Amino acid sequence: MPQYSAFQPKPYRPRMSPFWFLDRWPYFKFIIRETSAAFVAYFVIVMLVQIYALERGAGAYAHFQSLMANPIILVINAVALGSIAFHAITWFMLVPRVFVRHTMGNIVPDLLIAAPNFGVWFVASLLIALFALRII
Amino acid sequence: MADSTDTIILEVARFHPERDTEPSYQSFEVPLRGDWMVLDALNHIKDHLDGSLAFRWSCRMGICGSCGMMVNGVPKLTCETLLTEFAPGPIRIAPLNHFPVVKDLVIEMDEFMGKLQKVRPWIVRKDDYQPVREFIQTPAQLDNFKQYTLCINCMLCYAACPVYGLDPEFTGPAALALAERYNLDSRDQGAAERTDVLSQHDGIWDCTVIGECSEVCPKHVDPSLAIQQYKIDATKDWFKTWLMPWGNK
Repeated sequence: MPQYSAFQPKPYRPRMSPFWFLDRWPYFKFIIRETSAAFVAYFVIVMLVQIYALERGAGAYAHFQSLMANPIILVINAVALGSIAFHAITWFMLVPRVFVRHTMGNIVPDLLIAAPNFGVWFVASLLIALFALRII
Repeated sequence: MADSTDTIILEVARFHPERDTEPSYQSFEVPLRGDWMVLDALNHIKDHLDGSLAFRWSCRMGICGSCGMMVNGVPKLTCETLLTEFAPGPIRIAPLNHFPVVKDLVIEMDEFMGKLQKVRPWIVRKDDYQPVREFIQTPAQLDNFKQYTLCINCMLCYAACPVYGLDPEFTGPAALALAERYNLDSRDQGAAERTDVLSQHDGIWDCTVIGECSEVCPKHVDPSLAIQQYKIDATKDWFKTWLMPWGNK
């Protein structure tokens, strides 16, 4: 407040609700985008456990596979996969927010900037799928 | 086109600093005219229904940046927002989010002005060059920063930024975009001076890339882009100081 206003009534200072992210869809989307990153860590842990089981031999790996076939784990993995897909898509869509889009007065469309990322993602997924299915 | 006899309800935030402890909403019924903006409806209230309603406005053509308010929870310039967009209503008008409220729809903007000043938004020269004529700048050099010069200081980006709401110390979108405007200006030599304000937690690193500042900007300044660009530059500079410590000498 200005210094001259010793007797001026105090302004109202609003406080943010702890649930501010429920106010609007863009904020909620942001929170999902950020929290979905936790599932990336989850998949890394699953993969490390898988490698550990592989290293310990056929019996341990069969146990790991039976654990993964558990319906609860299947549901968790399905949710994790959906979350990671959401995380990746929303993250790639942020690329136009980081790169200069104005060139000589023209705006490059968002999708055009994000497209190469989706392309690389698709090719990498395809190569891994072909490798996993022993086609290559 | 709305019929001339149609009306719409405006729920307007009221706060009297000498009487109230917090804002409340008062409903007004105003004509729903196809050519009216939300600001026209507020002026109708002030002229015909309740002269005590306080709000800021000036140019009525989206250039002075005075009439920013929350319209149904979204920060907008009310002089550019058609009333009919929200038919049949009601429309909830509130002061810009995250700012102290002086009265009704009028917010306190001293903190914002302080932040603008903090980023040294003027051309800084290291040399004692006394210009005898104007600085030469090519169209390409101008194009480099021109979009950041279009900011009208309407503060919609601050109202859209939850980070600013949670941490009022955050320098914020408009001030950071303005800093980047001068950093990218070929005539300026003050980028190093601004680093102590920009490349710190309250500066660019507080931004979590929600991106709503750029979405609500009526002038397409894209402050989010300015912040992310500066993050990339600051990171590059940091690596340079590690890889080439002699480079700074």
